[in-house]
Amino acid sequence: MAHISAKNLIVDFPIYGAASRSLKNTVLHSATGGSLAKDSADKVVVRALNGLSFEIGEGDRIGLLGHNGSGKSTLLRVLAGGYEPISGTLDMEGSVASMLSISLGMEGEANGYENIVMMCTLMGLGPKEIDKLMPEITEFTELGEFLSMPLRTYSSGMHMRVPFAVATAVKADIVLMDEWLSVGDEAFSKKAQARLQEMLDSAKILVLASHDRKLLESNCNRLFHLEHGHLVEIENL
Amino acid sequence: MTTQVISPLSKALNDIASGFGGHKIWTMLGWQDIKQRYRRSALGPWWLTISTGVMVAGMGPLYGRLFGQPTAGYVAFVAASLIAWQLINAIINDSCQVFIAAEGHIKQTRLPLSIYVYRVIWRNMIIFIHNLAILLIVYILMPFEVSVSTLLAVAGLLLLLINSVWIGLMLGMLCARFRDIPQIIASLLQIAFFLTPIFWKPEMLGRHQWIAQINPLFHLVEIIRNPLLGKSASLLSWGVVSGVAVIGSIATLSLFSRFRARIAYWL
Repeated sequence: MAHISAKNLIVDFPIYGAASRSLKNTVLHSATGGSLAKDSADKVVVRALNGLSFEIGEGDRIGLLGHNGSGKSTLLRVLAGGYEPISGTLDMEGSVASMLSISLGMEGEANGYENIVMMCTLMGLGPKEIDKLMPEITEFTELGEFLSMPLRTYSSGMHMRVPFAVATAVKADIVLMDEWLSVGDEAFSKKAQARLQEMLDSAKILVLASHDRKLLESNCNRLFHLEHGHLVEIENL
Repeated sequence: MTTQVISPLSKALNDIASGFGGHKIWTMLGWQDIKQRYRRSALGPWWLTISTGVMVAGMGPLYGRLFGQPTAGYVAFVAASLIAWQLINAIINDSCQVFIAAEGHIKQTRLPLSIYVYRVIWRNMIIFIHNLAILLIVYILMPFEVSVSTLLAVAGLLLLLINSVWIGLMLGMLCARFRDIPQIIASLLQIAFFLTPIFWKPEMLGRHQWIAQINPLFHLVEIIRNPLLGKSASLLSWGVVSGVAVIGSIATLSLFSRFRARIAYWL
Protein backbone atom coordinates (compact mmCIF):
# COMPACT_ATOMS: atom_id res chain seq x y z
CA MET A 1 0.00 0.00 0.00
CA ALA A 2 1.40 3.32 -1.03
CA HIS A 3 1.17 5.87 1.73
CA ILE A 4 2.87 8.89 3.22
CA SER A 5 2.56 9.69 6.87
CA ALA A 6 4.28 12.59 8.51
CA LYS A 7 4.41 13.49 12.15
CA ASN A 8 5.65 16.84 13.35
CA LEU A 9 7.97 17.52 10.41
CA ILE A 10 10.31 20.40 11.05
CA VAL A 11 12.71 21.83 8.48
CA ASP A 12 15.11 24.66 9.30
CA PHE A 13 17.37 26.26 6.76
CA PRO A 14 20.55 27.59 8.33
CA ILE A 15 21.80 30.77 6.70
CA TYR A 16 25.47 30.82 7.54
CA GLY A 17 27.33 34.06 7.80
CA ALA A 18 24.22 36.19 7.35
CA ALA A 19 24.37 37.75 10.82
CA SER A 20 28.00 38.72 10.66
CA ARG A 21 27.68 40.11 7.16
CA SER A 22 24.79 42.33 8.02
CA LEU A 23 25.98 45.84 8.75
CA LYS A 24 22.75 46.61 10.61
CA ASN A 25 23.35 43.79 13.09
CA THR A 26 26.90 44.85 13.64
CA VAL A 27 25.84 48.42 14.33
CA LEU A 28 22.97 47.35 16.61
CA HIS A 29 25.29 45.17 18.63
CA SER A 30 27.73 47.95 19.15
CA ALA A 31 24.89 50.23 20.28
CA THR A 32 23.45 47.77 22.79
CA GLY A 33 26.75 46.81 24.28
CA GLY A 34 28.49 43.50 24.60
CA SER A 35 25.69 41.46 26.19
CA LEU A 36 23.89 40.69 22.96
CA ALA A 37 26.95 40.06 20.89
CA LYS A 38 27.94 37.17 23.11
CA ASP A 39 24.97 34.99 22.24
CA SER A 40 24.61 36.10 18.67
CA ALA A 41 25.92 33.02 16.93
CA ASP A 42 26.87 33.51 13.33
CA LYS A 43 23.82 31.61 12.25
CA VAL A 44 20.36 32.65 11.16
CA VAL A 45 17.73 29.97 10.84
CA VAL A 46 14.70 30.08 8.61
CA ARG A 47 12.00 27.65 9.68
CA ALA A 48 10.54 26.46 6.39
CA LEU A 49 8.29 23.73 7.75
CA ASN A 50 6.95 23.96 11.26
CA GLY A 51 5.47 20.84 12.78
CA LEU A 52 3.63 19.35 9.82
CA SER A 53 1.55 16.24 10.49
CA PHE A 54 -0.60 14.48 7.92
CA GLU A 55 -1.64 11.14 6.52
CA ILE A 56 -1.86 10.51 2.81
CA GLY A 57 -3.30 7.22 1.65
CA GLU A 58 -3.77 5.38 -1.60
CA GLY A 59 -5.95 7.22 -4.07
CA ASP A 60 -5.27 10.60 -2.52
CA ARG A 61 -4.68 13.57 -4.77
CA ILE A 62 -3.13 16.30 -2.66
CA GLY A 63 -3.02 19.90 -3.74
CA LEU A 64 -0.56 22.16 -1.91
CA LEU A 65 -1.78 25.73 -1.75
CA GLY A 66 -0.03 28.73 -0.27
CA HIS A 67 1.85 31.95 -0.88
CA ASN A 68 5.44 32.17 -2.02
CA GLY A 69 7.64 30.99 0.83
CA SER A 70 4.85 29.11 2.57
CA GLY A 71 6.78 25.85 2.35
CA LYS A 72 5.18 24.10 -0.64
CA SER A 73 8.40 23.45 -2.52
CA THR A 74 10.27 22.58 0.65
CA LEU A 75 7.65 19.99 1.52
CA LEU A 76 7.91 18.52 -1.98
CA ARG A 77 11.69 18.33 -1.69
CA VAL A 78 11.42 16.63 1.66
CA LEU A 79 9.06 14.08 0.11
CA ALA A 80 11.46 13.67 -2.82
CA GLY A 81 14.23 12.82 -0.36
CA GLY A 82 16.48 15.80 -0.98
CA TYR A 83 16.15 17.27 2.49
CA GLU A 84 15.81 15.20 5.61
CA PRO A 85 13.63 16.91 8.21
CA ILE A 86 15.60 18.00 11.27
CA SER A 87 12.97 16.45 13.50
CA GLY A 88 9.75 14.54 13.18
CA THR A 89 9.05 11.29 11.38
CA LEU A 90 8.26 10.62 7.78
CA ASP A 91 7.10 7.22 6.58
CA MET A 92 6.75 6.67 2.87
CA GLU A 93 5.90 3.53 1.00
CA GLY A 94 5.88 3.15 -2.75
CA SER A 95 8.05 4.17 -5.66
CA VAL A 96 8.46 7.93 -6.02
CA ALA A 97 8.61 9.91 -9.24
CA SER A 98 9.83 13.42 -8.62
CA MET A 99 8.86 15.87 -11.35
CA LEU A 100 10.28 18.83 -9.44
CA SER A 101 13.03 19.69 -11.86
CA ILE A 102 12.82 17.25 -14.70
CA SER A 103 15.70 18.73 -16.66
CA LEU A 104 18.17 17.90 -13.89
CA GLY A 105 21.29 16.23 -15.25
CA MET A 106 20.80 17.34 -18.84
CA GLU A 107 23.90 18.14 -20.80
CA GLY A 108 23.90 20.69 -23.61
CA GLU A 109 26.86 19.22 -25.42
CA ALA A 110 25.46 15.69 -25.43
CA ASN A 111 22.90 14.65 -28.03
CA GLY A 112 19.28 13.73 -27.42
CA TYR A 113 19.85 9.99 -27.17
CA GLU A 114 22.72 10.40 -24.73
CA ASN A 115 20.63 12.71 -22.59
CA ILE A 116 17.77 10.23 -22.51
CA VAL A 117 20.15 7.49 -21.37
CA MET A 118 21.66 9.79 -18.73
CA MET A 119 18.33 10.82 -17.30
CA CYS A 120 17.02 7.26 -17.29
CA THR A 121 20.18 6.11 -15.50
CA LEU A 122 19.71 8.78 -12.86
CA MET A 123 16.18 7.47 -12.35
CA GLY A 124 17.77 4.15 -11.50
CA LEU A 125 17.00 2.29 -14.72
CA GLY A 126 19.41 -0.30 -16.12
CA PRO A 127 20.63 -0.53 -19.73
CA LYS A 128 18.05 -3.18 -20.66
CA GLU A 129 15.13 -1.20 -19.32
CA ILE A 130 16.43 1.89 -21.09
CA ASP A 131 16.69 0.01 -24.39
CA LYS A 132 13.11 -1.07 -23.95
CA LEU A 133 11.85 2.44 -23.22
CA MET A 134 13.97 4.20 -25.83
CA PRO A 135 11.73 3.72 -28.93
CA GLU A 136 8.67 4.92 -27.09
CA ILE A 137 10.44 7.95 -25.64
CA THR A 138 12.08 9.00 -28.90
CA GLU A 139 8.85 8.57 -30.80
CA PHE A 140 6.95 10.69 -28.35
CA THR A 141 9.40 13.60 -28.61
CA GLU A 142 8.80 13.79 -32.41
CA LEU A 143 12.34 15.13 -32.66
CA GLY A 144 13.44 12.57 -35.24
CA GLU A 145 16.94 13.16 -36.50
CA PHE A 146 17.43 16.07 -34.12
CA LEU A 147 18.00 13.51 -31.40
CA SER A 148 21.46 12.84 -32.77
CA MET A 149 22.34 16.54 -32.51
CA PRO A 150 23.73 18.21 -29.37
CA LEU A 151 20.98 19.46 -27.12
CA ARG A 152 22.32 23.03 -27.22
CA THR A 153 21.18 23.25 -30.86
CA TYR A 154 17.53 22.73 -29.86
CA SER A 155 15.02 25.51 -29.48
CA SER A 156 13.79 25.85 -25.89
CA GLY A 157 10.49 24.23 -26.83
CA MET A 158 12.22 21.23 -28.37
CA HIS A 159 14.62 21.11 -25.46
CA MET A 160 11.87 20.55 -22.89
CA ARG A 161 10.33 17.68 -24.83
CA VAL A 162 13.24 15.41 -23.94
CA PRO A 163 13.07 15.52 -20.14
CA PHE A 164 9.29 15.58 -20.29
CA ALA A 165 9.20 12.40 -22.35
CA VAL A 166 11.62 10.71 -19.96
CA ALA A 167 9.91 11.85 -16.77
CA THR A 168 6.54 10.60 -17.97
CA ALA A 169 7.84 7.33 -19.37
CA VAL A 170 7.92 5.43 -16.11
CA LYS A 171 4.90 4.95 -13.89
CA ALA A 172 5.30 5.37 -10.15
CA ASP A 173 3.20 4.95 -7.02
CA ILE A 174 3.80 8.46 -5.75
CA VAL A 175 4.15 11.43 -8.08
CA LEU A 176 5.44 14.79 -6.85
CA MET A 177 4.96 17.84 -9.00
CA ASP A 178 5.65 21.55 -8.51
CA GLU A 179 3.25 23.44 -10.78
CA TRP A 180 1.63 21.74 -13.74
CA LEU A 181 4.04 20.77 -16.48
CA SER A 182 3.32 22.00 -19.96
CA VAL A 183 5.59 21.76 -22.94
CA GLY A 184 5.73 22.43 -26.62
CA ASP A 185 3.55 24.14 -29.20
CA GLU A 186 -0.21 23.75 -29.35
CA ALA A 187 -0.38 20.36 -31.05
CA PHE A 188 2.40 18.86 -29.00
CA SER A 189 1.08 20.36 -25.80
CA LYS A 190 -2.22 18.48 -26.21
CA LYS A 191 -0.39 15.22 -26.67
CA ALA A 192 1.83 15.99 -23.70
CA GLN A 193 -1.12 16.80 -21.46
CA ALA A 194 -2.74 13.49 -22.32
CA ARG A 195 0.47 11.64 -21.52
CA LEU A 196 0.95 13.48 -18.22
CA GLN A 197 -2.67 12.92 -17.26
CA GLU A 198 -2.29 9.22 -17.96
CA MET A 199 0.76 9.03 -15.74
CA LEU A 200 -0.93 10.95 -12.93
CA ASP A 201 -4.07 8.82 -13.20
CA SER A 202 -2.08 5.63 -12.82
CA ALA A 203 -0.25 6.97 -9.76
CA LYS A 204 -1.62 5.90 -6.39
CA ILE A 205 -0.73 9.21 -4.78
CA LEU A 206 -0.24 12.63 -6.31
CA VAL A 207 1.16 15.65 -4.49
CA LEU A 208 0.87 18.77 -6.60
CA ALA A 209 1.84 22.30 -5.58
CA SER A 210 0.32 25.23 -7.41
CA HIS A 211 -0.94 28.77 -7.04
CA ASP A 212 -3.82 27.96 -9.35
CA ARG A 213 -6.75 26.96 -7.16
CA LYS A 214 -8.91 25.93 -10.13
CA LEU A 215 -6.25 23.57 -11.36
CA LEU A 216 -5.96 21.99 -7.95
CA GLU A 217 -9.71 21.72 -7.56
CA SER A 218 -10.04 19.83 -10.81
CA ASN A 219 -7.17 17.45 -10.06
CA CYS A 220 -7.17 16.92 -6.33
CA ASN A 221 -9.44 15.55 -3.64
CA ARG A 222 -7.71 17.22 -0.71
CA LEU A 223 -6.15 20.66 -0.44
CA PHE A 224 -3.41 21.38 2.08
CA HIS A 225 -3.21 25.06 2.92
CA LEU A 226 0.29 26.09 3.94
CA GLU A 227 1.12 29.36 5.66
CA HIS A 228 4.59 30.30 6.93
CA GLY A 229 5.54 26.66 7.18
CA HIS A 230 2.39 25.63 9.05
CA LEU A 231 -0.26 23.32 7.69
CA VAL A 232 -3.19 25.53 8.61
CA GLU A 233 -6.06 23.70 6.98
CA ILE A 234 -6.86 20.46 5.20
CA GLU A 235 -9.81 20.96 2.90
CA ASN A 236 -11.60 17.91 1.54
CA LEU A 237 -13.24 18.41 -1.82
CA MET B 1 10.94 3.64 4.72
CA THR B 2 11.18 4.65 8.33
CA THR B 3 13.19 7.72 9.03
CA GLN B 4 13.85 7.92 12.75
CA VAL B 5 14.06 4.37 14.03
CA ILE B 6 17.27 3.60 12.13
CA SER B 7 20.43 4.87 13.81
CA PRO B 8 22.50 7.57 12.09
CA LEU B 9 25.46 5.19 11.91
CA SER B 10 23.59 2.51 10.00
CA LYS B 11 22.14 5.17 7.73
CA ALA B 12 25.65 6.41 7.00
CA LEU B 13 26.90 2.89 6.32
CA ASN B 14 23.87 2.24 4.18
CA ASP B 15 24.60 5.40 2.20
CA ILE B 16 28.18 4.31 1.56
CA ALA B 17 27.15 0.78 0.56
CA SER B 18 24.13 1.61 -1.55
CA GLY B 19 26.06 4.43 -3.19
CA PHE B 20 28.65 1.90 -4.29
CA GLY B 21 25.82 -0.33 -5.52
CA GLY B 22 24.65 2.52 -7.72
CA HIS B 23 27.68 2.00 -9.93
CA LYS B 24 25.63 2.51 -13.07
CA ILE B 25 25.02 6.06 -11.93
CA TRP B 26 28.51 7.00 -10.77
CA THR B 27 30.28 5.47 -13.73
CA MET B 28 27.91 7.37 -16.00
CA LEU B 29 28.40 10.64 -14.12
CA GLY B 30 32.18 10.17 -14.06
CA TRP B 31 32.36 9.57 -17.80
CA GLN B 32 30.03 12.45 -18.36
CA ASP B 33 32.37 14.78 -16.45
CA ILE B 34 35.23 13.81 -18.71
CA LYS B 35 33.19 14.00 -21.90
CA GLN B 36 31.83 17.38 -20.92
CA ARG B 37 35.27 18.77 -20.23
CA TYR B 38 36.63 17.67 -23.57
CA ARG B 39 33.52 17.50 -25.72
CA ARG B 40 34.66 19.55 -28.69
CA SER B 41 38.38 18.97 -28.40
CA ALA B 42 39.97 16.52 -30.79
CA LEU B 43 42.30 14.88 -28.28
CA GLY B 44 39.93 14.85 -25.32
CA PRO B 45 41.34 13.50 -22.06
CA TRP B 46 44.64 12.84 -23.83
CA TRP B 47 45.36 16.53 -23.31
CA LEU B 48 46.07 15.83 -19.67
CA THR B 49 48.31 12.95 -20.65
CA ILE B 50 50.17 15.19 -23.04
CA SER B 51 50.73 17.90 -20.46
CA THR B 52 52.01 15.33 -17.98
CA GLY B 53 54.16 13.85 -20.73
CA VAL B 54 55.66 17.22 -21.56
CA MET B 55 56.41 17.75 -17.90
CA VAL B 56 58.18 14.40 -17.71
CA ALA B 57 60.15 15.11 -20.88
CA GLY B 58 61.16 18.51 -19.63
CA MET B 59 61.77 17.89 -15.95
CA GLY B 60 63.21 14.38 -16.26
CA PRO B 61 66.53 15.19 -17.96
CA LEU B 62 66.93 18.58 -16.29
CA TYR B 63 66.39 17.50 -12.71
CA GLY B 64 68.31 14.31 -13.39
CA ARG B 65 71.23 16.56 -14.17
CA LEU B 66 70.62 18.81 -11.16
CA PHE B 67 70.47 15.86 -8.79
CA GLY B 68 73.31 14.02 -10.51
CA GLN B 69 71.15 11.00 -11.40
CA PRO B 70 71.51 8.75 -14.46
CA THR B 71 69.02 10.12 -17.00
CA ALA B 72 67.25 6.90 -18.08
CA GLY B 73 66.40 5.71 -14.59
CA TYR B 74 65.50 9.19 -13.43
CA VAL B 75 63.06 9.87 -16.28
CA ALA B 76 61.16 6.67 -15.48
CA PHE B 77 61.18 7.67 -11.82
CA VAL B 78 59.77 11.10 -12.56
CA ALA B 79 57.15 9.65 -14.91
CA ALA B 80 55.88 7.15 -12.33
CA SER B 81 56.06 9.79 -9.59
CA LEU B 82 54.09 12.39 -11.51
CA ILE B 83 51.41 9.93 -12.58
CA ALA B 84 50.95 8.76 -9.00
CA TRP B 85 51.01 12.30 -7.65
CA GLN B 86 48.52 13.61 -10.18
CA LEU B 87 46.05 10.92 -9.23
CA ILE B 88 46.41 11.65 -5.51
CA ASN B 89 46.44 15.40 -6.02
CA ALA B 90 43.36 15.38 -8.26
CA ILE B 91 41.38 13.13 -5.93
CA ILE B 92 42.12 15.34 -2.91
CA ASN B 93 41.43 18.55 -4.83
CA ASP B 94 38.22 17.28 -6.43
CA SER B 95 37.05 15.90 -3.09
CA CYS B 96 36.47 19.48 -1.99
CA GLN B 97 33.80 19.90 -4.66
CA VAL B 98 32.04 16.51 -4.50
CA PHE B 99 28.92 17.80 -2.79
CA ILE B 100 29.15 21.44 -3.86
CA ALA B 101 29.21 20.42 -7.54
CA ALA B 102 26.31 18.01 -7.09
CA GLU B 103 24.05 20.54 -5.40
CA GLY B 104 21.19 20.15 -7.87
CA HIS B 105 21.11 16.38 -7.59
CA ILE B 106 21.46 16.35 -3.82
CA LYS B 107 18.61 18.78 -3.17
CA GLN B 108 16.15 17.13 -5.52
CA THR B 109 16.76 13.40 -5.33
CA ARG B 110 17.20 10.68 -2.76
CA LEU B 111 20.38 9.25 -4.27
CA PRO B 112 22.98 8.22 -1.68
CA LEU B 113 25.52 11.00 -1.14
CA SER B 114 28.48 8.66 -1.51
CA ILE B 115 27.60 8.30 -5.20
CA TYR B 116 29.19 11.69 -5.84
CA VAL B 117 32.38 10.57 -4.11
CA TYR B 118 32.62 7.42 -6.24
CA ARG B 119 31.97 9.57 -9.30
CA VAL B 120 35.00 11.74 -8.55
CA ILE B 121 37.20 8.70 -7.88
CA TRP B 122 36.04 7.04 -11.09
CA ARG B 123 36.67 10.16 -13.13
CA ASN B 124 40.23 10.38 -11.84
CA MET B 125 40.86 6.68 -12.39
CA ILE B 126 39.97 7.18 -16.05
CA ILE B 127 42.51 10.00 -16.29
CA PHE B 128 45.08 7.88 -14.45
CA ILE B 129 44.65 5.06 -16.95
CA HIS B 130 45.20 7.52 -19.78
CA ASN B 131 48.35 8.72 -18.04
CA LEU B 132 49.77 5.21 -17.88
CA ALA B 133 50.47 5.64 -21.60
CA ILE B 134 53.34 7.95 -20.63
CA LEU B 135 54.97 5.18 -18.64
CA LEU B 136 54.55 2.86 -21.60
CA ILE B 137 56.31 5.31 -23.88
CA VAL B 138 59.12 5.78 -21.36
CA TYR B 139 59.41 2.01 -21.11
CA ILE B 140 59.74 1.66 -24.86
CA LEU B 141 62.36 4.43 -25.09
CA MET B 142 64.36 3.58 -21.97
CA PRO B 143 63.28 0.22 -20.55
CA PHE B 144 63.10 -0.03 -16.77
CA GLU B 145 62.62 -3.07 -14.61
CA VAL B 146 59.29 -4.90 -14.74
CA SER B 147 58.86 -7.74 -12.25
CA VAL B 148 56.33 -9.60 -10.14
CA SER B 149 56.33 -6.58 -7.87
CA THR B 150 54.69 -4.59 -10.68
CA LEU B 151 51.48 -6.42 -9.80
CA LEU B 152 51.62 -4.73 -6.41
CA ALA B 153 50.52 -1.57 -8.22
CA VAL B 154 47.00 -3.01 -8.13
CA ALA B 155 47.19 -3.40 -4.35
CA GLY B 156 48.62 0.10 -4.05
CA LEU B 157 45.81 1.55 -6.14
CA LEU B 158 43.21 -0.35 -4.15
CA LEU B 159 44.58 1.07 -0.90
CA LEU B 160 44.56 4.54 -2.41
CA LEU B 161 40.95 4.09 -3.51
CA ILE B 162 39.91 3.01 -0.01
CA ASN B 163 41.55 6.13 1.33
CA SER B 164 39.88 8.20 -1.38
CA VAL B 165 36.43 7.21 -0.16
CA TRP B 166 36.95 8.67 3.29
CA ILE B 167 38.89 11.65 1.95
CA GLY B 168 36.06 12.39 -0.48
CA LEU B 169 33.36 12.17 2.17
CA MET B 170 35.37 14.09 4.76
CA LEU B 171 36.60 16.93 2.55
CA GLY B 172 33.29 17.00 0.70
CA MET B 173 31.49 17.61 3.98
CA LEU B 174 33.97 20.10 5.40
CA CYS B 175 34.13 22.09 2.18
CA ALA B 176 30.35 22.18 1.79
CA ARG B 177 30.10 23.70 5.25
CA PHE B 178 33.19 25.91 5.26
CA ARG B 179 33.80 27.39 1.86
CA ASP B 180 37.34 28.55 2.65
CA ILE B 181 38.66 25.03 2.96
CA PRO B 182 38.90 24.31 -0.80
CA GLN B 183 41.31 27.25 -1.14
CA ILE B 184 43.35 26.08 1.83
CA ILE B 185 43.58 22.55 0.46
CA ALA B 186 44.58 23.79 -2.98
CA SER B 187 47.46 25.84 -1.60
CA LEU B 188 48.56 23.09 0.77
CA LEU B 189 48.69 20.64 -2.14
CA GLN B 190 50.81 23.06 -4.09
CA ILE B 191 53.38 23.18 -1.29
CA ALA B 192 53.08 19.43 -0.77
CA PHE B 193 54.14 18.87 -4.37
CA PHE B 194 57.56 20.27 -3.49
CA LEU B 195 57.84 18.96 0.06
CA THR B 196 56.92 15.40 -0.91
CA PRO B 197 59.65 13.34 -2.59
CA ILE B 198 58.11 13.34 -6.05
CA PHE B 199 60.92 14.48 -8.30
CA TRP B 200 63.55 13.97 -5.64
CA LYS B 201 64.32 10.92 -3.55
CA PRO B 202 64.32 10.73 0.24
CA GLU B 203 67.87 9.31 0.13
CA MET B 204 69.01 12.72 -1.09
CA LEU B 205 68.16 14.09 2.36
CA GLY B 206 70.95 12.06 3.94
CA ARG B 207 70.54 12.11 7.70
CA HIS B 208 67.26 13.96 7.45
CA GLN B 209 65.19 11.32 5.69
CA TRP B 210 62.60 11.63 8.44
CA ILE B 211 61.33 14.73 6.67
CA ALA B 212 60.03 12.44 3.94
CA GLN B 213 59.05 9.59 6.24
CA ILE B 214 56.69 11.63 8.43
CA ASN B 215 54.75 12.73 5.34
CA PRO B 216 51.81 10.36 4.67
CA LEU B 217 51.59 11.65 1.11
CA PHE B 218 55.07 10.24 0.50
CA HIS B 219 53.91 6.78 1.51
CA LEU B 220 50.82 7.13 -0.64
CA VAL B 221 53.00 8.01 -3.63
CA GLU B 222 55.41 5.18 -2.82
CA ILE B 223 52.86 2.34 -2.86
CA ILE B 224 51.85 3.29 -6.41
CA ARG B 225 55.10 4.58 -7.86
CA ASN B 226 57.40 1.80 -6.71
CA PRO B 227 55.30 -1.08 -8.08
CA LEU B 228 54.96 0.79 -11.39
CA LEU B 229 58.76 0.77 -11.54
CA GLY B 230 58.93 -2.94 -10.71
CA LYS B 231 59.82 -2.55 -7.02
CA SER B 232 57.82 -3.02 -3.89
CA ALA B 233 57.36 -0.22 -1.43
CA SER B 234 58.73 -0.45 2.11
CA LEU B 235 56.65 -2.16 4.76
CA LEU B 236 56.52 1.18 6.53
CA SER B 237 54.76 2.74 3.54
CA TRP B 238 52.18 -0.04 3.29
CA GLY B 239 51.67 0.17 7.04
CA VAL B 240 51.25 3.95 7.14
CA VAL B 241 48.77 3.99 4.26
CA SER B 242 46.74 1.14 5.78
CA GLY B 243 46.79 2.86 9.15
CA VAL B 244 45.66 6.14 7.64
CA ALA B 245 42.85 4.26 5.88
CA VAL B 246 41.60 2.79 9.16
CA ILE B 247 41.89 5.98 11.22
CA GLY B 248 40.50 8.16 8.44
CA SER B 249 37.56 5.84 7.85
CA ILE B 250 36.63 5.77 11.52
CA ALA B 251 36.87 9.55 11.85
CA THR B 252 34.88 10.06 8.65
CA LEU B 253 32.23 7.57 9.65
CA SER B 254 31.60 9.33 12.93
CA LEU B 255 31.41 12.70 11.20
CA PHE B 256 29.35 11.42 8.28
CA SER B 257 26.79 9.69 10.48
CA ARG B 258 26.43 12.87 12.46
CA PHE B 259 26.13 15.33 9.57
CA ARG B 260 24.98 13.29 6.55
CA ALA B 261 21.44 14.66 6.74
CA ARG B 262 22.73 18.21 7.13
CA ILE B 263 24.79 18.29 3.93
CA ALA B 264 21.83 19.20 1.71
CA TYR B 265 21.21 22.22 3.93
CA TRP B 266 24.78 23.44 3.63
CA LEU B 267 24.65 23.64 -0.15
